[in-house]
Amino acid sequence: MRDYVYQRPLVLGLVLCAATLVVLLAGMLAGSNGLDDWHGLGALLGLAQPEADGGMMAQIVWQIRMPRSIGAWLAGALLGLAGALSQAVFRNPLADPYLLGSASGASLGVCLALVGLDGSLIDMHWLARLGLTGAAFAGAMLAVVMTAALASGVAQTLRLLLAGVVVAVVLGAASSLVLQMHPHLLQSMQGFMLGSTAFVGWDSCALMLAALLPGLMLAMVLGRWLDGLALGEQTATSLGLPVKPMRWVLILTLALATGAAVAHTGLIAFVGLAAPHITRRMVRWGSRHGVLLASLMGGLLLVAADLLARVVIAPRELPVGVLTALIGGAYLLWLMRRHQQGGGMS
Amino acid sequence: MKPAGPIALQVSGLQVARSGTVVLRDINASFTRGRWVSIVGPNGAGKSTLLAAMAGLLPVQGRVELGGEDLQAMPAARRAQQLAWMGQGESVGDDLSALDLTLLGRLPHQSWFSGLDAADQALAEQALRDMQAWQWRDRYVGTLSGGERQRVLLARALAVQAPVLLLDEPLANLDPPHQADWLDVMRSLVTAGATVVSVLHEISMALQADDMLVMQQGRVIHQGACTDALSHRALESVFDDRIQVRTVDGQLVALPRSARR
Repeated sequence: MRDYVYQRPLVLGLVLCAATLVVLLAGMLAGSNGLDDWHGLGALLGLAQPEADGGMMAQIVWQIRMPRSIGAWLAGALLGLAGALSQAVFRNPLADPYLLGSASGASLGVCLALVGLDGSLIDMHWLARLGLTGAAFAGAMLAVVMTAALASGVAQTLRLLLAGVVVAVVLGAASSLVLQMHPHLLQSMQGFMLGSTAFVGWDSCALMLAALLPGLMLAMVLGRWLDGLALGEQTATSLGLPVKPMRWVLILTLALATGAAVAHTGLIAFVGLAAPHITRRMVRWGSRHGVLLASLMGGLLLVAADLLARVVIAPRELPVGVLTALIGGAYLLWLMRRHQQGGGMS
Repeated sequence: MKPAGPIALQVSGLQVARSGTVVLRDINASFTRGRWVSIVGPNGAGKSTLLAAMAGLLPVQGRVELGGEDLQAMPAARRAQQLAWMGQGESVGDDLSALDLTLLGRLPHQSWFSGLDAADQALAEQALRDMQAWQWRDRYVGTLSGGERQRVLLARALAVQAPVLLLDEPLANLDPPHQADWLDVMRSLVTAGATVVSVLHEISMALQADDMLVMQQGRVIHQGACTDALSHRALESVFDDRIQVRTVDGQLVALPRSARR
């Protein structure tokens, strides 16, 4: 029997919400000098004198820091949701939302869009940015459809995983080929590949929220049916579950969630893998509450990583994807070490 | 043999092909309510395939009737309430507790939005107690031994509370005392009117059933009472006379026979 950190899912949910609120508030203080910009908090609370700086601070908080932090939370929540769903679909607690080739598809989409726009990420018009996120999203969805087609459907887990690997390699090679022909885009692509929340605005937040809410509602409705998938396709079918349609719905949902996150923040590693995994260690798992908690955990992880990325070497910033890869990699190594010592992976 | 009661499950002209190869052909069999039937035969005879086909888990030609109704046309939820299936070497989510896994047996009785109620909880707990697995209810399935896990999987199948149980190798990994416990549970189930169909490799255990269905190369070659001498002869014949059925202390057992006679 395991002693969980939290016996009740509701308590963990409240703790995650409270911690997120604290980190979000801290995000308002994170300026070019690190975590000491108290004017940011003042502007947030309406205490700053707009005439003192011409409303500049309020604008920085409401138009840059706030959407960026909330966008980081939403992207993390989407990756946490996608991670929990992919772990249910693939019946593997170490499954990753990028398994179906969506990351490579999104990269190719961005790559092709940059060729078309011939611009850099930094001084891009919002309309062009919307086109870029659309291209990333379309690329991610295209990759998932290709994977499903190559695997002749979504019924067979192993075939689906192998097809995902093949699609990722082929689309990755296509991206490399495009970059080889347009080397001036390498720097812009690097920004996307490393993952960044620097360009997230309110429009991105709205789009990510629109992808997150139906995904979470679906997970709540399907609830225990997701747990039934853990018994394998035949047993789940014998229990009356519509396994094939369920797998299609889940795979499209996780592709939508991954595509929406990747399109706005680039390739952020490990959040989708680690969020459900950490949640499993903290509370007794059940998909009905587990997917929601994994989503909250993903949001907290990414908004905290984003804050760190902004303050660690202020006034410069680390790409948040580099930070999540470093922390996530260290976490996985620690987990593997525990596993070797007989601690178990789950 | 007891007088024939109402038919719980009937198979007529069943044929199953896998990857273009016919693995079951012209299967006709009926399973009476309140009886336990063992399906026996050598490796590759098609026992597990027949069980899966009868559970509606494979595309088939022919007809399977559950309670007189065409199984293929039955709504999935009603079929799942009427027929519990446990596969061979069934996989499970290692991060589910034994109780949570057993509670999944109540899925056929739940709608999309409804959760578990007190009755579901009580039935799952009783199933765990019946399989002497109650003491592990809070343990992760991934931390259980093969035999312990098998008892939890059996509890999951019992928790469905279906009148027909199809069990593929239910005794795998169980030690003799727990095999005897399982026999007691099956006995009480069939006494209460349930129909149990099990695939068993261990012939001496299969002989404890009421009836046996003997298979060879994708065909049923005999169906009869386990106490019937004709059943014993059919059994010995499908194993090339490498086993012999004997009565030891009033109990039927299958003894291996050496090839060098």
